[in-house]
Amino acid sequence: MTTIITVTSGKGGVGKTTTSASIASGLALRGFKTAVIDFDVGLRNLDLIMGCERRVVYDFVNVIQGDANLHQALIKDKHADNLFVLPASQTRDKDALTEEGVEKVLQELAHQGFDYVVCDSPAGIEHGAVVALTFADVAIVVTNPEVSSVRDSDRILGIIQSKSRRAIEGREPVQEHLLVTRYSPKRAHDGEMLTYTDIQELLRIPLLGVIPESEAVLQASNQGIPAIHQKDTPVADAYQDTIGRFLGEEHPLRFVEYEKPGLIKRLFGGK
Amino acid sequence: MSWLSLIFGEKKATASVAKERLQLIIAHERASLSGPDFLPDLQKDLVAVISKYFPVNPDDIKVGLEKQGNYEVLEVNIVLPEGH
Repeated sequence: MTTIITVTSGKGGVGKTTTSASIASGLALRGFKTAVIDFDVGLRNLDLIMGCERRVVYDFVNVIQGDANLHQALIKDKHADNLFVLPASQTRDKDALTEEGVEKVLQELAHQGFDYVVCDSPAGIEHGAVVALTFADVAIVVTNPEVSSVRDSDRILGIIQSKSRRAIEGREPVQEHLLVTRYSPKRAHDGEMLTYTDIQELLRIPLLGVIPESEAVLQASNQGIPAIHQKDTPVADAYQDTIGRFLGEEHPLRFVEYEKPGLIKRLFGGK
Repeated sequence: MSWLSLIFGEKKATASVAKERLQLIIAHERASLSGPDFLPDLQKDLVAVISKYFPVNPDDIKVGLEKQGNYEVLEVNIVLPEGH
């Protein structure tokens, strides 16, 4: 059985691609055969975040249009066995992602024995975003503690509940998970930022994890190595916990409480 | 702002404002984007039924769905013509 996970948000720049890359890598590191697909036709970036931009020969649209087969287009990841990247097309029109074409590719991945397919959705609520969530079994809704992101996440939840195949066919609904990213415990503590519980109350879906705001994310993308590989950083640990929870393990939330720095730390700095 | 916060440069706790605003707008948008696909049809049907008994204008019948706490309230407002 292949599980299709769509990483979505409505709003841009909240961390969808960072999350797709880290979740897919984390699942692969745990031994699951995983593919991660970039649905952002025309603005592909997953290849850069995964560090495989120079190995792109064929893309998602080439496969849909029959110019290449899936085997030729899938790029094997350098950092995790069992992980393959399917890049978006940079040149084609976004309408090239037909529903039938996408369905065929997903079926072929299932046929090849993939355990998980992670769909990295584009921002917005247009065709690309809708087709990315159409076949989802699971949706990870990436939300920043900020008003426009929360509102857009609510919007995208409405679209999942009306336009996903599971909704249209009246099957068991898409499993929705909230992932709060770019969280600053200090600012939330000071009342300057929505807390993760505020966001959960507003969106009313189960919380899968909280990823703290961190410099490590930029350092990861600079190098083209998914953030989950940045050993011993809160971001990597938070993504590992998130994957564990997704697989049914219990992990208490970390990096969400603000600890006042002690005198020594205040005097000598340090992180 | 107290003199203490002037000295220490305390920042305003605006998160609660954000939460209240979001509660309102999300509830409003959920109400207007989800359910009411059938409201225009319901309104038309009501006009058809009621005009069998009273001469009414289609505009005199207003149908709305409102959320009050945990309940959804279907509000139907019918204005009968004067001198009936």
